[in-house]
Amino acid sequence: MNILVCVKQVPDTTEIRIDPVKNTLIREGVPSIVNPFDGYALEAAARIKDTNPDTKIVVLSMGPEQAKAALKECIGIAADKAYLVSGRAFGGSDTLATSYIISQAIKKVEEEEGKFDAIFCGKQAIDGDTAQVGPEIAEHLGYPQVTYGLEAELEGDILKVKKEVEDGVEIIAVKLPCVTTFTKPAWEPRTPTIKRKMAANRAQIPVLNEEALAGIDVTMIGLKGSPTRVKKTFVPQRKKSGIKIMEESNKESAKKLFRLLNGAGIM
Amino acid sequence: MEAKTKDLWVFVETNEDGSAKNVGIELLTPGREMADKQGGSLVAVVIGNNVDEAVRDAGIHGADKIIVVDGSEYGHYTTDAYTIALVSLVEKYGPTSMLIGATNNGRDLGPRVSCRLKTGLTADCTGLDVDEETGNVAWTRPAFGGNLMATILCPNNRPQIGTVRPGVFKKCEPVETKAEIIKEDIHVSREQIRTRVLEIIKEMESENVDLEGAEIIVAGGRGVGSPAGFAPLREMAEVLGATVGASRAAVDAGWISHSHQVGQTGKTVGPKLYIACGISGAIQHTAGMSSSECIVAINKDPDAPIFDVADYGVVGDLFEVLPVLTEEIKKARS
Repeated sequence: MNILVCVKQVPDTTEIRIDPVKNTLIREGVPSIVNPFDGYALEAAARIKDTNPDTKIVVLSMGPEQAKAALKECIGIAADKAYLVSGRAFGGSDTLATSYIISQAIKKVEEEEGKFDAIFCGKQAIDGDTAQVGPEIAEHLGYPQVTYGLEAELEGDILKVKKEVEDGVEIIAVKLPCVTTFTKPAWEPRTPTIKRKMAANRAQIPVLNEEALAGIDVTMIGLKGSPTRVKKTFVPQRKKSGIKIMEESNKESAKKLFRLLNGAGIM
Repeated sequence: MEAKTKDLWVFVETNEDGSAKNVGIELLTPGREMADKQGGSLVAVVIGNNVDEAVRDAGIHGADKIIVVDGSEYGHYTTDAYTIALVSLVEKYGPTSMLIGATNNGRDLGPRVSCRLKTGLTADCTGLDVDEETGNVAWTRPAFGGNLMATILCPNNRPQIGTVRPGVFKKCEPVETKAEIIKEDIHVSREQIRTRVLEIIKEMESENVDLEGAEIIVAGGRGVGSPAGFAPLREMAEVLGATVGASRAAVDAGWISHSHQVGQTGKTVGPKLYIACGISGAIQHTAGMSSSECIVAINKDPDAPIFDVADYGVVGDLFEVLPVLTEEIKKARS
């Protein structure tokens, strides 16, 4: 089994604060992390490797040179090899252009690593929150997709994916090769071991730029290849503080709350 | 592709019983206004199995036309069947814009369809506007866990597509329907559908976890303290017809399953009423619920950040406040 896991290095959005005067995001000092959902995808791949030890896990990221740190972290956890997709011509790409570049990079990496049976992605990245790149990679490659995966299990040339749906879970069988995106499972992903961390530090990470991806359609990448444009960004208006209730006893507070809600026609 | 009409489409997702999911009907409300600004018709697109009820629902909620694709292969959602059907409809009729509800299925379908059509998609929108001159939709959506809002345009490609969060818009009052119904015969073979459902496991038969479609959510966090601590929340949820939600802390502690989780690594919700019990209100949680119409917070800690987003905040013990509140509601309703 040959699995590719796509990862993104993202700012830890739980650490982002708002500048109260300028009303802008404070990005300085915000740590960069592996997108948590991509971590779940890597863990799903690692679990397949646990039961099928001849599995190879390759990680791929598109981003600046610094994203190598995220790739090294993935090697420290479970990946055997890593590739970075990085180039000036890729800048300004929206999800459609990004997924096209990644699909082209996957084909390039397959020349080295052999054909991938499965491509795992996080459900979405916590900075953009679009959940688009995974399904779009599947479409560019012409592969079937399963989104909102919790766990995956290999059975011959079929991947059995436990998928989260609104009212429970479904077990979906999908033919390989396929793309699966992962959401948060019931368990915590494994952490790097010291031995693997040391190997990760020594790992060479090849960089694929626009020249390396010969034959890429330049009209489909970067700003020019992106159908969407960001018109503006703004920090949302915070709600003004509401009514605080703190009566003599909890019982009285509850009754007051009910009266207020009832009076406002909410109940 | 080029648009062939100025029509605005709303994709109406259906349930397996042939009824419409709430969000599809909700989206006819902004859809009406947008279609009028774009100078086109408001078209509902209903795909499913035995969907008469969904079609009627779309009609009485203001659609000018309803395109219907009805077939047994659409009874249970699959990416492949729905993508084939929706793409072939778009190619035939050429709408200028399309709205899709940002449910799990909508967020699975949207990128697949827009990528096949090589057009732009804006995910998870909470605001919609139309530039009347260009007909461009201004799609507004949260990013960075709700810390930043971005307005996105898709100026040169058609159709411009967006997924829109459930609960952001409200269903309009029912009207007498005069919708033209267009039936399209699109059939997808077994071989074209590359996934197969082996098993469907519903969460605890009686318990409803449709958080995205919920009108009222009663959610618990660290302050609930144990799996049994959810009992007073469940009791209140039953009286209100509400869905039980949870913060990441409660899920991580193993007190309730992840399908209940609201927030950045869980569901994004927008109910009419959100009652947060023992939830501190970390950004990771509020990112998923701050667009609720009315937020009630019950927390012992008067400085808990949840009070910053709450409309009504009770400083107190949820185990004493909730039962009294539940009793009051029961009394008022009997």
